[in-house]
Amino acid sequence: MSRSGFATRLVALIRKETRQMLRDRSNLVVGLLLPVGLILIFGFGISFDVKDARVAVAMEDSSPIARDTVAGLRGSPYLAPVWVRSMTEAERLVRAGKADAILRVPGDFSRHMAAGHGQLQLLLNGVDSNTAAAIEGYVNGALAVPLQQRGDRAGNKPAGAASVVIVQRTWFNEASESTWYVVPGLIVLVMTMIGAFLTSLLIAREWERGTLESLFVTPVRPLELVIAKLTPYLVVGIIDLTMCVVAARLLFQVPIRGSLPVIIGASLLYLMVSLLLGLFISGTTRSQFTASQVALLTSFLPAMMLSGFVFDLRNVPIVIQVISQLLPATHFMGLIKTLFMAGDYWPDILRTCGILTIYALVLVVATRRTLRKKLD
Amino acid sequence: MNGAAATVVLEETRKTFAGPDGGTVAAVDGITMTIRAGELTALVGPDGAGKTTLMRMFAGLLRPDAGSLHVLGTDVAAAPQRVQDRISYMPQRFGLYEDLSVQENLDLYADLHGVPQDQRRERFARMLEMTDLARFTGRPAGKLSGGMKQKLGLACTLVRSPDLLLLDEPSVGVDPLSRRDLWQIVRQLIDQEQLSVIVSTAYMDEAERCARVFVMNKGRLLAEGAPDDLRKQARGLTFTATPPDGTPARTLQARLIDAPDQIIDAVPKGGNVRLTRQPDANPARLDALLHDAVVEPRPEELEDAFMMLLRRHEDRTAAPAAPVAVRARPAPGTANGSSDKPIIVVRDLVRKFGDFTAVASTSFDVVRGEIFGLLGPNGAGKTTTFRMLCGLLPATSGHLEVAGLNLRTARAKARGRIGYVAQKFALYGDLTVRDNLEFFGGAYGLRGQALKARVTASLTQFGLEPSAQSGLLPAGYKQRLAMATGLLHEPDILFLDEPTSGIDPLARRAFWRTITALAEGGVTIIITTHFMEEAEYCDRIAIQDAGRVLALGTPHQVREQAGDAAMDMDSAFIAIVEQGRARHNHREAAA
Repeated sequence: MSRSGFATRLVALIRKETRQMLRDRSNLVVGLLLPVGLILIFGFGISFDVKDARVAVAMEDSSPIARDTVAGLRGSPYLAPVWVRSMTEAERLVRAGKADAILRVPGDFSRHMAAGHGQLQLLLNGVDSNTAAAIEGYVNGALAVPLQQRGDRAGNKPAGAASVVIVQRTWFNEASESTWYVVPGLIVLVMTMIGAFLTSLLIAREWERGTLESLFVTPVRPLELVIAKLTPYLVVGIIDLTMCVVAARLLFQVPIRGSLPVIIGASLLYLMVSLLLGLFISGTTRSQFTASQVALLTSFLPAMMLSGFVFDLRNVPIVIQVISQLLPATHFMGLIKTLFMAGDYWPDILRTCGILTIYALVLVVATRRTLRKKLD
Repeated sequence: MNGAAATVVLEETRKTFAGPDGGTVAAVDGITMTIRAGELTALVGPDGAGKTTLMRMFAGLLRPDAGSLHVLGTDVAAAPQRVQDRISYMPQRFGLYEDLSVQENLDLYADLHGVPQDQRRERFARMLEMTDLARFTGRPAGKLSGGMKQKLGLACTLVRSPDLLLLDEPSVGVDPLSRRDLWQIVRQLIDQEQLSVIVSTAYMDEAERCARVFVMNKGRLLAEGAPDDLRKQARGLTFTATPPDGTPARTLQARLIDAPDQIIDAVPKGGNVRLTRQPDANPARLDALLHDAVVEPRPEELEDAFMMLLRRHEDRTAAPAAPVAVRARPAPGTANGSSDKPIIVVRDLVRKFGDFTAVASTSFDVVRGEIFGLLGPNGAGKTTTFRMLCGLLPATSGHLEVAGLNLRTARAKARGRIGYVAQKFALYGDLTVRDNLEFFGGAYGLRGQALKARVTASLTQFGLEPSAQSGLLPAGYKQRLAMATGLLHEPDILFLDEPTSGIDPLARRAFWRTITALAEGGVTIIITTHFMEEAEYCDRIAIQDAGRVLALGTPHQVREQAGDAAMDMDSAFIAIVEQGRARHNHREAAA
């Protein structure tokens, strides 16, 4: 009797929540259209890569050796060299905003080169430090190739400055494509958003409209309410997750090196945590306005700013690091990036999933408490 | 314990809440009572009496702080679910999901209560028939009228047959027609299912229908008994006073209500004044008060006893609210305050929203110093008419003149001549009384010395404490503050939208005393209300339904139109609306 009662009530409640969700257009906009928008904006619009960076190459020495040395710049897809004859000309380009860096090939370059200690000068426009750092990397890379070749050609000559070349290599994101790590991060953002913008309204709405008072006198149990409120939004979350993974693979060609079941499993776990956090905030504040503000400030914004989505957490003050470690988003952000770009690394998977499970359990208990069937 | 015969037994039950000012408020302050099974029982009292708190405790939603509470023989605090499985409870806000249809709401509650499918069909059919909602099963609950929502709320509460039905103020904010329908349904259920019902209400006519009545005020139980027994307390104290020809009843009523040491209560009714005198009234002073009126004893009513109990309890617990002092303003150009030239002229006023006609071809005049009441069931077009008169909503067509200004061409100028008091408390709750007055005075263009003088005058006139925080004032005082702000710029016309909903009967008497005094001072009052008895204070009233004016005239004329000049205003209202609807349907059928 009680078992079938549970099933009847749960089905009735889930049906009710689903209908309510579908009848409010704004739910579908936030739940389905906004994620599409985010994928497009972040995938196409936001990139930390520098394409066709304009480097003014001041060829004060136009000897074949000098030309040969900087020839690599032409081959780089990231650089658009502008050839000039003097530093004054190059400086003018930088000041006019027509170049982001200057590579100076000094007049005595070939002489020093022959002596084994050739030097080039790279001047970077530090106004945008991200761009500057990227250009530095590209220029080094572009110059390294011919230098190395020359070293090889010279045979096993005793170690000289010119022949010792540091070969940089970026692992996991070989091309240093920022979409590769932005897009997996988007999954975190979208999952967080459903909790912050949608489930955070659910319980508060019932408090505001006085419907909980009627529900409470029925045999319904708090846990049934929690499950019923989660279910339809879990479905929305799964649709969003699918969209994100498909977009990552097909639209942005992000490699998926981890196994898909693990990615999906971990994402669902995080989705649960996010939805429950929204519900918990909703049940605690009892006001839709307060709930959405609190949810925005405690889950969505931190997930964007403090989870490592954009900024590397190792560079932030210790206080912020502590706060960021408290966010479920931070843990999941680390895991999902690893899963996409590096593959299944089980210690990390187990640790993160463990943490998320604890969050989920604590939140279920806490949310249940906010629906204790008491009005005081 | 007297077991089976009692549904609810309270012993010294208390419930306190944190007050808005940080202290605690005892919503239920040590009540002992026993409610019998198989009866219709009423909890009666003004707002803040503790009725809703008590109901929620019965339903197991609140836990008493002290004392014991047994419902159907079970300690509710210990086993709320056991009680909830056997009761049905309709909260004040009905608990409907507005985005779900009528049928979906019914299905949801039936599923939650575990009503078996085979019983369900029969039960639903019966409920839908009783509530006359069968035609609307597919309509979202949010798109039903107030009265229909209330009936659906009741149907959802009664998807199964309970041992005890709790109805918390089921008729608040519902017009007399819907109120009557609801009571018919409840009556039917009691007769057919021998249901025990507890209903909380602020309406005496509803309490009158109950077998047993508990009178409450400020968390205390003042009296209990059958309506007949309670009524007896006022025996020999009740009279009808007829004022001499030419004197409006409300002038006499005002004089009487201003003498609380002699008179417990006085209200205008049917052109006369119903009064209850103090048991220890001084005959000489009473004679002086009533010297020009014809006084006759009348049978006592439950309302008289209720007002007596209430007045006595209030006198004991709190100093009576100081009456509002009204400075008579010389009405320009006239001696008696009402000139022959109307101050509001409405001709063929029409307002449409899309293809829905909210107000259809309405015409009336209001003269200076008149109290004009707009009455009608929910959705009749009162609020729309009202908003057009205030210049808040443009008319679709028709002529509208306020204080000699055409609202189409001189809306802003006309607004300077009117004051408006909204239905909801529309002032800033976190500002002090003085801040609010100064802000709104500034908004009306008052500044410097003039503003200061008006604020000071309003504070003394309405007996307001300038440094009090507006949001923490009792409802009656919020009402006063709202009126004070509406009157700061000394308008010719004051608009009041349902000003008395949610304030208790004593505060309502005081409120009407202010209104009548303002009218004497030459201010024209336009007021909407859903308390029909308040129409008696008006010089003239208009009854609207479905956008059309069905009756227009003095309360006496309206009652005559309804068929009997002696009937009460509620019945007159119902009769007129039903006549109007029948005529309308007839015309439609003919067309």
